[in-house]
Amino acid sequence: MTALRVYVPGDSAACSVGADDTARALADEAQRRGTAVDLVRNGSRGMLWLEPLVEIETPAGRVAYGPVAPEDVAGVFDAALTGTNHALGLGLTSEIPYLKSQQRLTFARVGVIDPDSLDDYVAHEGFRGLGKALAMEPAAIVACVTDSGLRGRGGAAFPAGIKWKTVLGASGEQKYIVCNADEGDSGTFSDRMIMEGDPFVLIEGMTIAALATGATRGYIYLRWEYPDAKRRLATAIAAACARGYLGADILGSGRRFDLEVRLGAGAYICGEETSLLESLEGRRGQVRFKPPLPALQGLFGKPTVINNVITLASVPIILDRGAEFYRNFGMGRSRGTLPVQLAGNIKHGGLVETAFGLSLRELLYDYGGGSASGRPIRAVQVGGPLGAYLPESQFDTPIDYESFAAIKAMLGHGGIVAFDDSVDMAAQARYAMEFCAIESCGKCTPCRIGSTRGVEVIDRLLRAEQPAKQEMLLRDLCETMTQGSLCALGGLTAYPVLSALDHFSEDFHRHAPTRTPA
Amino acid sequence: MSFPAPRRVIPIKPEPVSRLSASEHDRIETVCTAFASLPGALLPILHGIQDALGFVSPDAVPMIAKHLNLSLAEVHGVVSFYHYFRTLQPGRHVLHVCRAEACQARGSSALETHAQASLGIGWHGTTADGAITLEPVYCLGNCALGPSVMFDQRLVGRVTPERLDALIARLRTES
Repeated sequence: MTALRVYVPGDSAACSVGADDTARALADEAQRRGTAVDLVRNGSRGMLWLEPLVEIETPAGRVAYGPVAPEDVAGVFDAALTGTNHALGLGLTSEIPYLKSQQRLTFARVGVIDPDSLDDYVAHEGFRGLGKALAMEPAAIVACVTDSGLRGRGGAAFPAGIKWKTVLGASGEQKYIVCNADEGDSGTFSDRMIMEGDPFVLIEGMTIAALATGATRGYIYLRWEYPDAKRRLATAIAAACARGYLGADILGSGRRFDLEVRLGAGAYICGEETSLLESLEGRRGQVRFKPPLPALQGLFGKPTVINNVITLASVPIILDRGAEFYRNFGMGRSRGTLPVQLAGNIKHGGLVETAFGLSLRELLYDYGGGSASGRPIRAVQVGGPLGAYLPESQFDTPIDYESFAAIKAMLGHGGIVAFDDSVDMAAQARYAMEFCAIESCGKCTPCRIGSTRGVEVIDRLLRAEQPAKQEMLLRDLCETMTQGSLCALGGLTAYPVLSALDHFSEDFHRHAPTRTPA
Repeated sequence: MSFPAPRRVIPIKPEPVSRLSASEHDRIETVCTAFASLPGALLPILHGIQDALGFVSPDAVPMIAKHLNLSLAEVHGVVSFYHYFRTLQPGRHVLHVCRAEACQARGSSALETHAQASLGIGWHGTTADGAITLEPVYCLGNCALGPSVMFDQRLVGRVTPERLDALIARLRTES
């Protein structure tokens, strides 16, 4: 009898709600029954409210149960072995509407394969993009990425192909590929899910970038908060080196690419590309002036491609299926798919990868199922701590870079944080300034000083000390920070602050004036 | 005839006596030697030292500076820039509580207050019994299952004040 194949995610989000305990209970139960079980610790399918999501392989396909606590394991076993229904049964995983309606290109393998197994990766169309890239001229690889319309998924949405072209055209013996895995935005976890659930796709994407630009060394700058991703990446890099996918002679092509993981140390600003480069070089993560562009003078002063995890992980499928395949997804100038992350006070939180164009409302209610608390969703913050707070009246905005820019918001890295009606938006605005003060690198004055003054002004406004004047001052300060800051941290802090003030002004004027204006 | 005023001699500050034990000194040396040749070696070295000792002792700064041919100010500047590096010995366990927006939407502000009250310490503090150091963190990447905390690099989701108390009680009894 062949062993029963059972999947229990090893993803850190799943483990944060007990997947390790469930896996242990499964192994114990299998031993008690004398059933041979092949337990795979896969990535997460991204339906995080169902974690720990246990899947059992059957002739018809993988059948899901969730959320499975250790005490449910025996019952799940009975149901799976006898083919009967179970209260936690969800049917075939691939038929669950939340998953079935998605268009998973970048996340095609996440939750499906064993992330530690290179063979599993290859069996699921892995390294096919690399194979094609090895047979292409560098300029053709760059042209393919440009034609696909892929824009930087870290938040700035700069066309990836143009960045690569600049590096390809730059002269220099040494060039670098740097992966920005400093996923610091609250409400985002797609980078982590890729690195924990399909680390080889990132390695493949970086290797293709190296072939396209002539780089021979790569660094993944990973935040310390992701220790599981660090372990998975280390395992994957070692396996790729051992099998000739990385190293001195990539698959016998004579091309070299070495890859290393470096850990950040809890500085949000190091997600900004020039600050990240400073950090990689061993210095304080302070933002650099641009120009020179990192593409021309980046890491150690050499031409450098620096892209986010999702950008690089989207490259293999573009090379494999062609630019047109990828470009046919999406709307306007936002081509392809975006892995959106539903977070905060949301019933069905998780990862939704679909083509650009879905509305915020569809994501929040059709996928998200409304708030977790059951109360009305009052505000959502899209794009991390520097993203605007959007009221219900803007929920019909489509997921598209330009549509968000048009309402003074940004899509950023695709994180959507929902808040119910118990939220105090003045407190959220104050927190935005406080966060900027804590995380400012200190290089430019508007950000370093402005953020602290911002907290003070909001405090005075909330104490109703000459509120009209304080509000004017706050708006003026936001203008100074927006126009005068060196990078997006100071430059975008006005987004959450002003959007809260504009759309939820009632929260700022709760207190009666304590003194009459002079 | 006037003579120039005698030059004032500024005494060079003697190097402070290191408070490191022989074993700590050796471990720091090992880390420095292992990583010093890497390009951009400072962060890997600081991580290595914090992994080995639990913190980056100020007495390690001159040793690192010597290995990398940097000034004390440069090394100190880097240590103090990054929130993760700490210069004081932590408790036996380090508890990071997420303060970011997605966790706020699930009640992390109340959890922060509860953690501080129940441990009797503020941020960056260590309990009197040396069991737990409390640190804030800005996003653990568990934003759909908040509020989240991390202890000793293990992530815990959907943390209620009761579950936090149970975790704290367990950590206090573990060595």
